[in-house]
Amino acid sequence: MITLSVLLQVAAGAALGKLGAAFGAAATAMAASMGISRIGATAVESIARQPEAAGDIRANMIVSAALIEGVSFFAVVVCLLILFT
Amino acid sequence: MTCNSGFSAKFFIILFLNLSSAFGYTIASQETEEHPHQAESEKQNKGFNPGDFIFDHIKDAYDWHILTYKDFHISIPLPVIVYSKTKGLNIFFSSKFHHGHDSYKGFKIAHEGKYEGKIVELMEDGTDIRPKDLSISKNVFAIFICIILMLWVFISVARAYTNTQGKAPKGLQNFVEPIILFIRDEIAISSIGEKKYEKFMPYLLTLFFFIWINNMMGLIPIFPGGANVTGNITVTMALAAFTFVVTAINGNKFYWQEIFNAPGIPFWLKIPLPLVPIIEIIGMLTKPLILMIRLFANITAGHIIALGFFSLIFVFGDMQVMLGFGISPLSILFTIFMTFLELLVALIQAYVFTLLSALYFGMATAENH
Repeated sequence: MITLSVLLQVAAGAALGKLGAAFGAAATAMAASMGISRIGATAVESIARQPEAAGDIRANMIVSAALIEGVSFFAVVVCLLILFT
Repeated sequence: MTCNSGFSAKFFIILFLNLSSAFGYTIASQETEEHPHQAESEKQNKGFNPGDFIFDHIKDAYDWHILTYKDFHISIPLPVIVYSKTKGLNIFFSSKFHHGHDSYKGFKIAHEGKYEGKIVELMEDGTDIRPKDLSISKNVFAIFICIILMLWVFISVARAYTNTQGKAPKGLQNFVEPIILFIRDEIAISSIGEKKYEKFMPYLLTLFFFIWINNMMGLIPIFPGGANVTGNITVTMALAAFTFVVTAINGNKFYWQEIFNAPGIPFWLKIPLPLVPIIEIIGMLTKPLILMIRLFANITAGHIIALGFFSLIFVFGDMQVMLGFGISPLSILFTIFMTFLELLVALIQAYVFTLLSALYFGMATAENH
């Protein structure tokens, strides 16, 4: 019990919350870029396979990228809330 | 990088950067704040504070600030409409606050605490409460400007269509028609279906153009642009709430049945503790919530990046004036690149918001599988 309260005091003093927020934002950036790069790679490959479908593929790629970015912004907003409240 | 072909642009950029950083000299940091009121906090005493600069441009305000040169302010005062229980309805211009330093008729703009930046009412016992605030703030005024612009464009296009029936379109019609056809064919008909899409077209068109025009106007640095409308979470919350209300009103029997009494799910997940209905309701509420956050975060992040690049110039300039001059070409180039990206993001976010709204309408009005 005492150890827990000492640990919590150290955590609060060392601003571990801010460290967590920074790590969260970095992890979100990594995850979002990995996901969207996969979309981009497969979209470009399929355009290479069938150039007539380039318009359709481009529209779908942009929609999927926007949806995944939306999820990453959830995480960014949580990190910003930690930093500023 | 051997550049022997004479004086290219790259050469000049590198030369300029080297010379300005090499010939720097220190100067005493200038006294940049104008009002003695601000001398209390040490942060604002010296030079440029990028956090305050960025947040001032992102947040809403009671007057439209155009420029400040040393002690000389130009800003457009906007009407403040507050209703308090003790003092009744008060309407006055925000110039009475003298940029937030005076109080007027018992109201003032709070500078710290829970209501920072907003109008509070001074009560006799020293506490501050927030009255009912219906002021025309900067974002509201920018929305009005966008509404006037949209009404002007679309009413004149509609009148042109009735005047030139059967003939080829001319003028502004040529610009607007492909966009409206795109929204009708690619977004509305493909998501909602041929039979039911017409009912939703006015809302989808308004949504698309409202979001697109407000995004673009937020990128223009001078009046009437420059207000961060779609980066204000209450504006995006209102838009998402409209989509949610339209979906809920137009939901047919199959839509509500899928949420509350989904077929094919065993009964014990629904009867004692309605687990699946709760999950479905959370899903139903999450969809407009993520619409709201996606638009808000994309636009605000773009503005913060552009403002951050600009404040880089002043942060470096406070250290050494020549360093500020040196970083400015780089900073401006990056800002131009980011602004092009933000133009693309403005269109994409409007498209994604409208497409997802149409998808939700399609799901709400779909006939059974």
